Amino acid sequence: MDKMTTISQPDDATIASMSEPARSRATRRVRGLSDRTIAWLFVAPTIALLLAINIFPLVWMIRLSFTSLNLSMSYLPLRFVGTDNFTDILGDEDVWFRLQTTAQFVIWSVTFQVIIGFGLALLINRQFRGHSFWTTIILLPMMLSPAVVGNFWTLLLQPQIGPFNYLISLFTGVAPSSFSMTGQVSLAPWTIVLVDTWMWAPYVMLICLAGLRSIPDYIYEAAEVDRASAWRQFWSITLPMAVPFLMLAVLFRAIENFKMFDMVNLLTSGGPGSTTELVSITLKRAAFEKWRTGYSSALAIILFVTVFGAANIYVKALNKVKQR
Amino acid sequence: MTAAVARSTAHSIVEASPRSKAVAGGLVILYAVITILPLLWIVATAFKSQSDAIAYPPKVIFEPTLEGYVNLFTVRTRQTPDFIAKLPPPETWYDKLVRQRDMVIAGPSKVVPRFVNSLIIGFGSTFLAVFLGTLAAYAFSRFRIPLADDLLFFILSTRMMPPVAVAIPIYLMYRQLNLTDTRLGMILLYTAVNVSLAVWLLKGFIDEIPREYEEAALVDGYTRLQALRKVVLPQAVTGIAATAIFCLIFSWNEYAFAVLLTSGEAQTMPPFIPFIIGEGGQDWPAVAAATTLFVVPIVLFTVLLRKHLLRGITFGAVRK
Repeated sequence: MDKMTTISQPDDATIASMSEPARSRATRRVRGLSDRTIAWLFVAPTIALLLAINIFPLVWMIRLSFTSLNLSMSYLPLRFVGTDNFTDILGDEDVWFRLQTTAQFVIWSVTFQVIIGFGLALLINRQFRGHSFWTTIILLPMMLSPAVVGNFWTLLLQPQIGPFNYLISLFTGVAPSSFSMTGQVSLAPWTIVLVDTWMWAPYVMLICLAGLRSIPDYIYEAAEVDRASAWRQFWSITLPMAVPFLMLAVLFRAIENFKMFDMVNLLTSGGPGSTTELVSITLKRAAFEKWRTGYSSALAIILFVTVFGAANIYVKALNKVKQR
Repeated sequence: MTAAVARSTAHSIVEASPRSKAVAGGLVILYAVITILPLLWIVATAFKSQSDAIAYPPKVIFEPTLEGYVNLFTVRTRQTPDFIAKLPPPETWYDKLVRQRDMVIAGPSKVVPRFVNSLIIGFGSTFLAVFLGTLAAYAFSRFRIPLADDLLFFILSTRMMPPVAVAIPIYLMYRQLNLTDTRLGMILLYTAVNVSLAVWLLKGFIDEIPREYEEAALVDGYTRLQALRKVVLPQAVTGIAATAIFCLIFSWNEYAFAVLLTSGEAQTMPPFIPFIIGEGGQDWPAVAAATTLFVVPIVLFTVLLRKHLLRGITFGAVRK
């Protein structure tokens, strides 16, 4: 038991060893609610809420994943089908294809965000005049509602009337109506990466900036005394010390983008065809358009296990890097 | 030459040279300007007329009009010029504006109820999440709770589910409880999502308040609850405010649950905005006007939160 808890939870021995006035105070305090009671009273409502809104539905969903429940035919009796849903999903080429689409989206968007975000952090860390104001401007996109962002980018990317195609045509001479960022199979996957990067590069930047500011000045001063080149300093001081922060940023971004639904649903709604159909969109269609509740519950569980497992492995790796 | 070398070693390495600062500043400002252009375009589109908004080439210079805002707040019907000529003269400037387009105002649109929903659900869930979060965070910070780390991780892990996946059982449950498309249902759901953030952030803030203050208060005869109210909470006010703003932003921006679980009564702004339609597709000036009104509070909050932003977006994992 550490010192702090001893003080907040005096046992009999401590009370006995106290001077007389201190003892009376300690016993008086105990007459209120005991610390243990308070601790449970304070934690219980939160746990109860999470049990009701998160855990109970999750357990129910696990049960449903073994049934053939279809809400559009809910008059049918609930039929248990064992692990049929799971084998169906894992044997379904389409699902694997959606997972690949999602993985590609995650990898490319996170890569661009790391490059741009880290680059910006290095620049901002030079502390030029007015850097604080411009940093706030750069941060704005990530604070917006992804759904609203997806929606207004459809205007910006309209082939005829949108400013994006117009600007591209100004610089390259390609006719603005000759390509469609959201409607063309070859471009749409990159469009969702582009908008996601626009939105979330500042997120990586902010975390990297904290990493760069955590490097103590004396390390650079020592390197300077040793006449290490700027390049050398970057590779042997800046980068290694920023890596834990970068990895944390990658973890958060990867989880978020694996779950991505809102922005892409409004920007391309999975199209054209199914080129940008991320797995969350597939899930939404199975659950809320085809109403295949049993099947979609199984898919949801597979996704959850995937994120959870991957995140756990990643966090272990992160902790190893931190310890180095 | 030697003078230059002397100068370059004279200043601290931590302080970048004026030239590299200028280059860095230039690049960052260039990025900032490019990145803010899409937003500025939307704000500008809100002041365009319908024809200017869909003009080719896209118009940078245009005659500003409030048509977009008028269209956002009203429902209009098209009438013949004869019919409009026979009407009594327009009473307000917006009546006049609408009649110029051969239309008359038939009534208010649904934007105000949707905005009110966003406010009620946002503030309701924020209040609950911060209230529950403060209690739980205080307990986790100050008391020995068995399996505390596991509980904290459990609280966080509820955020790893894709929202669409969470919505499946919630939809079924709410159908049974008659909570579908109700504000109460949305408040409870958003509270559950926000409380994980609130606990983690607030635990960080409360950990930073020295225990000695409370202990002094306890020795002075305060009860735990009195010490919490009179000593800890006043010191945690900034942290609580920052946490509340983060919760508010989440509820304000949330789309997946809102679109899957509400359809009318309790619908918030994010699922509503994309469906503001005029004659022939999206009414872009009105959509842009709604987006602008929707985004303004977020911009203000971002400026207010600047110092705590990093903590908020990393669940308190990184502190400055």
